[in-house]
Amino acid sequence: MPGRMSRGEPLPLVHARGLTKRFGAFTAVDAIDFDVARGEAFGFLGPNGAGKTSTMRMIGCVSPVTAGTLRVLGLDPATDGPRIRARLGVVPQQDSLDMELTVRENLVIYGRYFDLSRAEARRRADALLDFVQLLDRADSQVEPLSGGMKRRLTIARALINEPELLLLDEPTTGLDPQARHLLWDKLYRLKQEGVTLVLTTHYMDEAEQLCDRLVVMDKAKIVAEGSPRQLIERYVTREVLELRFPAGASVDLDGRLEGLAERVEQLPDRVLLYTDDGEAAVVAVHERGLRPESALVRRSTLEDVFLRLTGRTLVD
Amino acid sequence: MTSLARIGPWPLGGLRAARLVERNVMVYRRTWLVIVSGFFEPLFYLLGIGFGLGALIGDVPGPDGRPIPYGVFVAPALLATSAMNGAIYDSTFNVFFKLRYAKTYDAVLSTPLGVGDVALGEVAWALIRGTLYALGFLVVTVLLGLARSPLVVLTVPAAMLVGFAFAAVGMAATTFMRRWTDFDFIFVVTLPLFLFSATFYPITAYPDALRVLVVATPLYHGVDLIRGLSTGVVGPALLGHVVYLAVMGLAGVAVVWRRLDRLLLK
Ligand SMILES: Nc1ncnc2c1ncn2[C@@H]1O[C@H](COP(=O)(O)OP(=O)(O)OP(=O)(O)O)[C@@H](O)[C@H]1O
Ligand SMILES: [Mg+2]
Repeated sequence: MPGRMSRGEPLPLVHARGLTKRFGAFTAVDAIDFDVARGEAFGFLGPNGAGKTSTMRMIGCVSPVTAGTLRVLGLDPATDGPRIRARLGVVPQQDSLDMELTVRENLVIYGRYFDLSRAEARRRADALLDFVQLLDRADSQVEPLSGGMKRRLTIARALINEPELLLLDEPTTGLDPQARHLLWDKLYRLKQEGVTLVLTTHYMDEAEQLCDRLVVMDKAKIVAEGSPRQLIERYVTREVLELRFPAGASVDLDGRLEGLAERVEQLPDRVLLYTDDGEAAVVAVHERGLRPESALVRRSTLEDVFLRLTGRTLVD
Repeated sequence: MTSLARIGPWPLGGLRAARLVERNVMVYRRTWLVIVSGFFEPLFYLLGIGFGLGALIGDVPGPDGRPIPYGVFVAPALLATSAMNGAIYDSTFNVFFKLRYAKTYDAVLSTPLGVGDVALGEVAWALIRGTLYALGFLVVTVLLGLARSPLVVLTVPAAMLVGFAFAAVGMAATTFMRRWTDFDFIFVVTLPLFLFSATFYPITAYPDALRVLVVATPLYHGVDLIRGLSTGVVGPALLGHVVYLAVMGLAGVAVVWRRLDRLLLK
């Protein structure tokens, strides 16, 4: 069915121009522009307070737009909120599961909010519990579930209305690596089925894994846009050499690393040398008589892009 | 995906609030004892005060001045009071928990439901519970011979109206509460209402100045309305009570609507 919907519908699923959100005098989202096409996975990458959640809430039609244009599914959230929300799935940053209901009831009542018949809501609830591997906990209360299970249940709940567009605000924050990979796998399968994903994260590996395209947000603004690969190519070198020096030694480094790399970034705990040939840089460092505690060559990531763009690290 | 074809356009309109009632039914299906217990409150009052105290007091002047047994006098007032208490309980503690802690409404608002549906749904739920209690109380009143008129069946819708008025205003007050201790304020209001709204003695017991004050408060209207119906003394005053309570309820819903909008849709 996805084919039928996408043909003859060139409109982006989400279209924002000069989108602005203010809380009193404070500007949380400052005139940002972006488009999300049907079928893609689109990410907002940014540190705490960048304005990611504020943007997601506006797209989800639960937060009025202060200024600018926003169209979701071709409709205006200000006037068509209920109609838009009927076709959205939302995974909020903080789980908002119904603690007074069981796992299955959480899904069934959510289906009822979307006007599904009781039988259909129950049928979908069980199918989704199977999908997120919670069927054996169907009759359990929500409270004792682990963080990862709650997150999976929240995702299942967001799918009860078979949404065209799924909004995920930090879907894996606070989960252990195994639970994260399980969730990524589920999200990847949804994308394969044609669901459009819009997600926020401050994990660069998550953005690289899941997003076809992303924008980097910082201080209420979009500072860069592209695919993970494009961003890395555009803003940083292929490889990075990470040097750690014994405590206190970094102060004497002034000037001694010059010319070894395209760019040198000095962080409190380490020094980053951006170069297309990391191994050669390691040799060069030693030739200059420097004796780092450790020297690690790795591929550049979105983390480096972010550092380059904002002068700050993404995850503290 | 197929959602558009299956869900169709959005025709549900005002019925959307009913989904929230359905949610509450789901919750209370497991804890139905809590619901049943609400029925006993007015019953205990009736037995303790109506009969225990009634035996000592004997007859008191009824709504039309003619003497009636104390049990007949006090039963309708107890029904009105319990309609108030039940509505307040549901629309304050329970709503506060869902609003501030459980974030129940945040999740609801990500669906086609809006704040108006939340406001109406919760008030409707408080009303439904109150109606069940009123029905139970009606049966007891009739069985104990405390009803003096067939109009007593109208005490059920009357109790619903009292419940509606207090649920709406209680929920409106709740949207302004910040912490649990703020709820002490509710007892500061409801206890005097319970004691002084011509509940236990006729309003003629008050000096004129005080009478004006009592007539201005809401429970008095509920008590006098239900007492008029169960004793069969009806007049234009009852219509005044209905209007007072209806306006109070509608104003409460309007405030809830606006406050939830401000609190939840930032
Ligand atoms: N309701 C509100 N009232 C006032 N300020 C708010 C409100 N919601 C968010 N803000 C402010 O707007 C800014 C952006 O917040 P937002 O939640 O959108 O950031 P974020 O990118 O999602 O951050 P995080 O990664 O921590 O979730 C923050 O400075 C925050 O304090
Ligand atoms: Mg956020």
